[in-house]
Amino acid sequence: MSKHIISAIQGVGHRTLEGIRRLGRATLYFLLVLWKSGTSLKRFGLVVRELYYFGVLSLIIIVVSGLFVGMVLGLQGYETLQKYGSETAVGTMVALSLVRELGPVVAALLFASSAGSAMTVEIGLMKATEQLAAMDMMAVDPVARVVAPRFWAGVISMPLLAAIFSVMGVFGGYLVAVVFIGVDDGSFWSQMQSNVDFRVDILNGFIKSCFFGIAVSAIAVFEGHDSLPTAEGVSVATTRTVVTSSLVILGLDFILTAFMFRGL
Amino acid sequence: MTSETLVEISDLNFAYDDKRAILKGVNMTMKRGQLIAIMGGSGSGKTTLLKLIGGAAKPSSGYIKVSGQIIHALGHNALYAMRRKMGKLFQFGGLFTDLSVFDNVAFQMREHTDLPESMIRDLVLMKLHAVGLRGAHHLMPAELSGGMARRVALARSIALDPMLMLFDEPFTGLDPISLSVIGSLIRRLTDDLGMTSIIVTHDVQETLSIVDYVYLISNGVIAAHGSPDEMKSSEKPFVHQFIHGEVDGPVPFHYPAQAYRQDLGLEDIFV
Repeated sequence: MSKHIISAIQGVGHRTLEGIRRLGRATLYFLLVLWKSGTSLKRFGLVVRELYYFGVLSLIIIVVSGLFVGMVLGLQGYETLQKYGSETAVGTMVALSLVRELGPVVAALLFASSAGSAMTVEIGLMKATEQLAAMDMMAVDPVARVVAPRFWAGVISMPLLAAIFSVMGVFGGYLVAVVFIGVDDGSFWSQMQSNVDFRVDILNGFIKSCFFGIAVSAIAVFEGHDSLPTAEGVSVATTRTVVTSSLVILGLDFILTAFMFRGL
Repeated sequence: MTSETLVEISDLNFAYDDKRAILKGVNMTMKRGQLIAIMGGSGSGKTTLLKLIGGAAKPSSGYIKVSGQIIHALGHNALYAMRRKMGKLFQFGGLFTDLSVFDNVAFQMREHTDLPESMIRDLVLMKLHAVGLRGAHHLMPAELSGGMARRVALARSIALDPMLMLFDEPFTGLDPISLSVIGSLIRRLTDDLGMTSIIVTHDVQETLSIVDYVYLISNGVIAAHGSPDEMKSSEKPFVHQFIHGEVDGPVPFHYPAQAYRQDLGLEDIFV
């Protein structure tokens, strides 16, 4: 019995140490990517190409999700607010929910599962098929040439996608509340205009999505480059990217919200 | 061919950890213009040796000198400067799958030189012509057969006319025609470009027909070395077994195990 307990404790200790080691490796790798980002700045075309693959190709899921999230918010908001006779505040509610929270968070979760996993798979497969090793043997640094442009494309894409998500969400809320239900058009927009603050709401939401972009992209490229060069290794790394990114997004969101809106 | 030494390996030891010694006291000398084979069974340490020569791993002790410089003592920039004079053909080519055949071959030229695009075009077509694939320059790697992919990778690795070429299992998974094509290309390009080529392989017949010198590795040590004719006529049991592909010999057919009767539980019955 005591043997089992000792082995269980050893297992926990081993996993904890391995987790700390991974965190250390990931941090060093993140610093390495930043260090080798000069090529991305000098040859911005490399970043633009990745912006297309990870940003533009993620647009459809962001646009559709944003629209539907906004429509649901409009519907739910109207149902609740009309009980208090404040249905004209539905525009404010939809906009604040989106720009402060749902825009950055849901867009980041969608980005992690689409573009983040794609980044991991691409880098992982390049490693498994010796493309990164071949590049290194050709005296071309794979971190500078392959990883850094993808990382920066993710960082740039994320706030833009979150903004598009919020805009589509507001449009969805407008469609449901104003066009379908019949809330007054002028009140919808004017209340939103007077209650949504550029610095407190929009800028803070933008800053959040920048943090999420850095986190998701850093996790995705690290997991890809750190994966075992096998089909199973790439598959495990992809799952890790989505799970870790999602947890980090939710954790970061709480911390950032506490600092931004509660002034901690 | 000159007699100048290009690669010198002295008392080389390598281990991934304390328990697993991969290479033990390896000594080799490779001259400019030579085509050398490093042969041995799977897991004998030959691919590791190729990685060490390319500076992709560091030895536990001993040294490797390439063109007079200890390769593992070089810093990042100096190692990259050295690698610009090297080429490596990976086992399955390692072609960039998002680039066309043309762009794969042009990759190093665009990364390391300021040549105008018109000149790069001519050079790429010349390299592809040398491997017989000038007409395939517009294809993507996914559209190539295994042998064609290997030839494109070969054209890419000689893009900057290296002084040293490393071939990691160049014959693996090829049909007989592709295998002969790759073999003859390695020999011809080595002679035409005056480079030193090192082939890591366990394909005996094709290799012995094209190389100048052979090192045979077994369990991390050099079991034998000599010209292809010397290897073919060697009476050493291991060399004989390897070159002639004999089933049993110094390398046993059976993995070490306890007595067969004991494993089947027969001893208890018949005692």
